Amino acid sequence: MSLTPQLVLFEEDHTKILAVSKRLVSDANAKAVFLVDKNGQMVAEAGELVGIDTTSLASLVAGNIAATGGLAKIIGENEFPVHFHQGERDNVHITLVAQRIILVVVFDDRSSLGLVRLRVKKAGQKLAELFEDLFKKAEAELSDEGPGSPFAEITDDDIDNLFSD
Amino acid sequence: MAFINYSAREINCKLVYYGPGLCGKTTNLKVIYEKTAEGAKGKMISLATETERTLFFDFLPLALGEIRGFKTRFHLYTVPGQVFYDASRKLILKGVDGVVFVADSQEERFEANLESLENLQQNLREQGLELSKIPWVLQYNKRDLPNAVSVEEMRKALNPTGEIPEFEAAAMSGKGVFETLKALAKLVLLELRKGSK
Ligand SMILES: Nc1nc2c(ncn2[C@@H]2O[C@H](COP(=O)(O)OP(=O)(O)OP(=O)(O)O)[C@@H](O)[C@H]2O)c(=O)[nH]1
Ligand SMILES: [Mg+2]
Repeated sequence: MSLTPQLVLFEEDHTKILAVSKRLVSDANAKAVFLVDKNGQMVAEAGELVGIDTTSLASLVAGNIAATGGLAKIIGENEFPVHFHQGERDNVHITLVAQRIILVVVFDDRSSLGLVRLRVKKAGQKLAELFEDLFKKAEAELSDEGPGSPFAEITDDDIDNLFSD
Repeated sequence: MAFINYSAREINCKLVYYGPGLCGKTTNLKVIYEKTAEGAKGKMISLATETERTLFFDFLPLALGEIRGFKTRFHLYTVPGQVFYDASRKLILKGVDGVVFVADSQEERFEANLESLENLQQNLREQGLELSKIPWVLQYNKRDLPNAVSVEEMRKALNPTGEIPEFEAAAMSGKGVFETLKALAKLVLLELRKGSK
């Protein structure tokens, strides 16, 4: 239906992705790390998350990347692969991984831009591999039925029940 | 595109409210936000101008309940309807699972509705999608106004085959808002079932 295949995240992939994210939090001395799909869906989160509305964060990060990506095309660039927003206390470092995933690192003065940049480089490569794998799997799934989605067998009743309040 | 997360056992779908400027897209989301129970909704985000025109998008996450042990989440977006924000509309349409086309029933907005619907088709085509092949529903909004044209006339222009589910609404008072949303959510879930067979 669409050019980008549906994103399907299995437990085992999530575990691996989460491990890399947690590692990045500690290696970079960051407050938190988020992985967001370009469509605005949160894929993984690690670090200090109290008080952060992660759903809003995901949608705004995706909007931000979409807008700057559009801007890049207008001036003849393909995309701006790195974004940095500096705040009074907290800073945000954003990079693209495997073209479809946005890696967000939130950090304060316990870390530094240089350190974050360095750690993101390494973690980014690892994440890129994991996601490339995942996308391949998702495509294979589409072609040969695979274990099947939980939605293959939903009934009209299941759907009606969602709205029955 | 829907995102199926086996790890969190949830499925996320993206629904977009489209239509000409001032037709009532943002109003639809506000009503849904106000009338949805605390636990079933997240924060509503509006990126708007000082005069409350949508500048980039409105966003409202909903959690409707569970199907087969999977939480079903819907991410509702509106586009900015003003003609010159076309670049933003294209961005928001990316990865869409279903569309509500909100038409403004006022006579003087008749053409604007048609132009916006054509714009939607064009922008979908640019990402390789055909409107006729994705789940979508029509909402005839502002039925409360005296200058509203008849539903027959609107249908003739916007839904000539009569195949698209259509709903009369007066979004400001909440009328028709949930009927529209439910109809689209249902179509999107049915499409997922089709897609996974
Ligand atoms: N009378 C009447 N007014 C409505 C109705 N729905 C929306 N409005 C009003 O129409 C105006 C525009 O509504 P919005 O929801 O902001 O319109 P929009 O489609 O989001 O507009 P853009 O963001 O510019 O694309 C507001 O003043 C609403 O109160 C309705 O059903 N009846
Ligand atoms: Mg609006």
